[in-house]
Amino acid sequence: MRRYQGDASCAGPAEPAPPAGESGYTAANFTPRALAIVLGVFCVVVLAGEALAQMRSGGPSRSIVATLVAWTPLILFGPPREFGGFALNIAVSFLAMAIGTVAGLFLGIGQISLSPAVRKVSWAITQFFRNSPWLVLLFFVMLLTPFQIKIAGYTIPLPAWLKATFGLSLPVMANFAEIVRGSINSIPTSQWESAESLAFTRMQTIWRIILPQCVKRMTPPWMNWYAILTMATPLISIVGVNDAMTLTQDALAAEQRSELLMPMYGLLLVFFFVYCYPIARWTIYLERKFAVRS
Amino acid sequence: MDSFWELLRGLHDSYGINLVHFYDGFERGRLLRGMWTTVKLAVICIVLSVVIGMIGAWLQGSRLKLLKALVQGYIQFFRNTPPLVQMYFFYFALGPQMPRIVNEHGIAQPMLGSFEWAVLSLSFFAGAFNVEIFRSGIEAVQKSTVEAADSLGFNRLQIYWYVVLPLAIRFCLPALNNNLVNLAKTTTQAYAIAVPETLFVASQIWSDRINVFEMMITLLTFYLLLVGMFVWIMARVERALHVPGFGR
Repeated sequence: MRRYQGDASCAGPAEPAPPAGESGYTAANFTPRALAIVLGVFCVVVLAGEALAQMRSGGPSRSIVATLVAWTPLILFGPPREFGGFALNIAVSFLAMAIGTVAGLFLGIGQISLSPAVRKVSWAITQFFRNSPWLVLLFFVMLLTPFQIKIAGYTIPLPAWLKATFGLSLPVMANFAEIVRGSINSIPTSQWESAESLAFTRMQTIWRIILPQCVKRMTPPWMNWYAILTMATPLISIVGVNDAMTLTQDALAAEQRSELLMPMYGLLLVFFFVYCYPIARWTIYLERKFAVRS
Repeated sequence: MDSFWELLRGLHDSYGINLVHFYDGFERGRLLRGMWTTVKLAVICIVLSVVIGMIGAWLQGSRLKLLKALVQGYIQFFRNTPPLVQMYFFYFALGPQMPRIVNEHGIAQPMLGSFEWAVLSLSFFAGAFNVEIFRSGIEAVQKSTVEAADSLGFNRLQIYWYVVLPLAIRFCLPALNNNLVNLAKTTTQAYAIAVPETLFVASQIWSDRINVFEMMITLLTFYLLLVGMFVWIMARVERALHVPGFGR
């Protein structure tokens, strides 16, 4: 009966429940085998598509593999002299993460503010953006922000991808705020008290003593949210940005071959998997490394 | 009720606040149907994904290496690829491969519609997370409890169903709630394959009636209420299932 045996030393739940919003990636048992299996399944899908094509098509048509190879540069980097494709997905994820992290940091600190008004407003903003669906927020930002803004005679255009980035950064902001709040609360009170006895102001205590200690424990959930954000980037295709998803559908529309459907969508899934899986593994590694032994 | 709708109509006429999706019977009807579809979608997906999670967690305890590797592959694949692309893959790539059936009007139609594909893809997506969540709960069940059940003559399935799972579910409820809330929010992605759920209907209404802002506020309020209600119910469940002697 070894199967169900957990860590013998822990009596209750193996680990405290993760704070709300940090779902996933908790006790994963990653093996590099998963990568091999997924790639293997993809090859099988492509070969099956190939066989299907052989059976159906009468006329000469390009093989599936050749077609995939031909479209790959477009899907990865977008049309020539234009920025798009999978590279755009990554760029959007970086930018949205940066915006979300900075905004979330301040929102999280706002939640432990001494002023009740600031605390309540930060709490309300956090809950609002944390509990709204990503796609609804994306529509919200896409449809309700102007396509250009005029400041002091200058016209600043707001391209769709930038607005979409902003839309994606909102839920990241709210969830990162919760991570910040949680990790600040996990710092022992004695740290605050020692800082106070050394005559640090509250501002100095937060920025120079508390937050630096938080970085370590915030990193794994932060990376986890980066992976979640990256996997949310195809949503921008719905609101009309030239990302990998849009281009894949364009390619399929251009080819007009039904046997390409599975391999093409499969290829896109594999792109995302190859990008996100190592991040997930690394997150687990850091989580274990930084884990506080109780 | 009618006088209330009249009040809202007056709001539009005098202040330009266009709440047509409330006072107009037709728009109200389709919005309510959309909301009902969302609730249906969420509930079916939640139940299915929990079932997938239970089965997956049980299979992970199997002695067969191949079975374990397959479950692991499923989990990693569904967790590390975008749910939207998964949904497209299911609907656009797998959908056409399915056999067609003839409906009552004598017209051939795909065996599974967009709603069914949305249910499947969302359940498999959330199910992958649930397997891991249940597994962490199972690992938290004490060895001595399992041994006690073993010595009482329970077989493997019985130990899992009667002893390990009931405890494991209680241990992992917080994480499970979290994932299920995420799932409820992810149902909006069914918009992409034209399932007539709330977001889809809302976008139709704001295109027809040009009331984007009012519709957006309604939409966000609806989802906040939905998630809030779900969280409230799950908190009740958590309290009701509490076992004395565990946790606080």
